[in-house]
Amino acid sequence: MKKIEAIIKPFKLDEVKEALAREGVRGMTIAEVKGFGRQRGHTELYRGAEYVVDFLPKIKIEVLVGDDQAGAVAAVIEKAARTGRIGDGKIFVTPVEEVVRIRTGERGEEAV
Amino acid sequence: MKTKELWVRVLALVLPVSIGLLATAAAAQETAPVLPRQAADAIASHKVALDTMWTLVTAFLVFFMNLGFAMVESGFCRAKNTVNILAKNYIVFAVSSVAFLLTGFGLMFADGNGFVGTHGIWFVGGPDNSPAMGDAYRGVYGSISWTGVPLWAKFFFQLVFAGTAATIVSGAVAERIKFRSFFLFSFLMVGLIYPIGGHWIWGGGWLSKLGMLDFAGSTVVHSIGGWAALAGAMLLGPRIGKYTKDGRPVGIPGHSMTSATLGVFVLWFGWFGFNPGSTMAADWASIAHIATTTNTAAATASISALLTAWALLGKPDLGMTLNGGLAGLVAITAPCAFVSVPAAFLIGLIAGVLVVLAVLFFDRVKIDDPVGAISVHLVNGMWGTLALGLFANPEICPAAAAAKPGLFLGGGVQQLLPQIVGVAAMGLFVFPASALGWLVLKATVGLRVSPEEEYEGLDVGEHGNHAYPDFQPVAVYATSGSGPGPGRPREATVAGMVEFEKAR
Repeated sequence: MKKIEAIIKPFKLDEVKEALAREGVRGMTIAEVKGFGRQRGHTELYRGAEYVVDFLPKIKIEVLVGDDQAGAVAAVIEKAARTGRIGDGKIFVTPVEEVVRIRTGERGEEAV
Repeated sequence: MKTKELWVRVLALVLPVSIGLLATAAAAQETAPVLPRQAADAIASHKVALDTMWTLVTAFLVFFMNLGFAMVESGFCRAKNTVNILAKNYIVFAVSSVAFLLTGFGLMFADGNGFVGTHGIWFVGGPDNSPAMGDAYRGVYGSISWTGVPLWAKFFFQLVFAGTAATIVSGAVAERIKFRSFFLFSFLMVGLIYPIGGHWIWGGGWLSKLGMLDFAGSTVVHSIGGWAALAGAMLLGPRIGKYTKDGRPVGIPGHSMTSATLGVFVLWFGWFGFNPGSTMAADWASIAHIATTTNTAAATASISALLTAWALLGKPDLGMTLNGGLAGLVAITAPCAFVSVPAAFLIGLIAGVLVVLAVLFFDRVKIDDPVGAISVHLVNGMWGTLALGLFANPEICPAAAAAKPGLFLGGGVQQLLPQIVGVAAMGLFVFPASALGWLVLKATVGLRVSPEEEYEGLDVGEHGNHAYPDFQPVAVYATSGSGPGPGRPREATVAGMVEFEKAR
C-alpha cells in the first residue's frame, strides 16, 4: 500500500479530483494548507508599501492506493495539476504499513 | 355600484372642507389690515422651526460619521486590534459629549478675549436669549448669534463637530496606544485644546478678527485633529514590524477592506450634514450649492487619488482611493460656501494627489499612521484652508460670512494672507499643546503597550477578548519584509517573535 500526498494549486482541485475518480480512486482526504517552495512566497503592495506573503495557500490531497496502482495515480495527479508555471506543487509517495477500516475492522489492501 | 358609493363619500368629505376653506379665505380678506404683523410673526417662527430642523438633522448626519470613522479605522487595522479600535471610536463620542458640555462649548463660543471664552463655561450655563439674532441677542454666546436657532441646537451641532476632531486622533495612534491614554487624551482634546483653537476662528477670536475664514472646519476640526494625531503618532513611534532593518516601510494590510469602504461611504454621506449644515439655517440657495461643491470635490479627489496611486504604484490601490475621497471632503470643508463648483472640482483634484503623496511621505519619514489620518485631515485641512484664499468668490452664497476675492479671482493676497496665518497659528498652538498632553500621559499612565501585547493584539491585552472569537484569522504574511530565512525564529512563540522583531 502506498500513500500519495500531493500539494497542488487550489484551483486545480476539481480537475485532480475528477481525474482520480476516472482512475478508479474511491476516496481521498484534502486539507487547505499554506507553504512555500523555491519561489519563497511573493510580495504584495498595500497603500504603497510592500509586504511579503511567505506562505501561499495550497491544497494537500492524500490518497491511499494499492502498490500496483501507485505509479498510475501519481501520474494522473501530475498531469491534472500541472500548469507549467512556478508553484504547481509536489507529489510524495510513501509506503504504508497498515490500513484499518474502523467500521468493519478490515485490515491491509481490503481496507484501502 | 361600489365606485359610485365611493365617489359620494369623497364628495361628502371634500365639499364641506372646500366651503370651509373659501369661508376662511373670505374672512381673511376682511381682516386684511392686521395680517402683515401676524404673517411676519408666523414666517419668523417658521424660519426658526425650519432652521432648527435643518441644523439638527444635519447634526444627526454628522453624528453618524462616528460610525464611518469606526469602520474605516477598524478595517485598515489588523483583526487582532479590532475591539480596541472600536472601543476607542465608540467611547470618544461619549467623552466628547461630556467634555464639550462641561467646558468645551463655553470656552469656544462664549464672550471673552481673543484667545478663549471666559463667560458661562460650566455646563453651557451663561445667559442666552436664542433664537434672537444679531442686535436682538442678549447673552454671552454672541459669537454664534448669527444663527436663529435655540441654544441647544447650536450646542448639539457644535458638539458633533468637536467629536469629529477628537475621533480623528484614534486612527493615527492605532494598534499600539494604551486605551487609557487615548481615553484621557480625548477629555483634554475636547475639553480644552479644540475649544481654544476653535475660539480663535469660530468664537470671535483673533483669527476671525483678522478675516480668516473656515466655513465648516478644514482647520478648526480637521487640522486640529490632525495636529494632535501627528504629535501622538510621532511620540508613539511606528508599530513593530512597520520598518525593515534598513528602514524600508513594510505594508501591514488592514483586515477588512469591506469595513473600510463601508466607513468611507458613511463619512461621505455624513459630510452632507457637515458642510451644508454649517449654514445652521435652511438657506435654500447656500445649502444646495454647498452640497454640490462638497460632492464634487469628493468625486474628483477619489478619481485623482486613484489615478495617482495607479501611476506611482502600478495598481489602483483601494486604500489610497478611499483616503482620496476623504481628502477631497476635508479640503472642500473650509471653502465649500465661498467657491464655485468648478473651483471645488479643482480643489478636490489636487487633494487626491496630495493625499497619496502624503501617505508615501509619512511612511518614508517613519511617522506610522495606519489609516492615513494625518495625510487626510492635517495635510488636506491645510490645503482646503489655503484653497479658500485662492478661489474665494464673494458672489457665491452671499448669506455666508463675506469672503474677499481669492488670489485667482484678482483679489491678491487679501484673503490668502489670513488663511496662511490661520494655518500656521493652529499648528503652532495645537502641535505643542497636544504633544505636552501626550508627554504628561506618557509620564503618568504610559503611552504605549508592551511589545508582547502589541504582538498578541490589543484586543486581548487591553480589553480581554477577541473581535472574532470563532474566526480568528492568522496572519500569513511576514512583517519582516524579508521572506523566510535563517533569521526567522524556528518556533512562532510570542516571546520568540518579540525577540526577533526587536533584533531587527
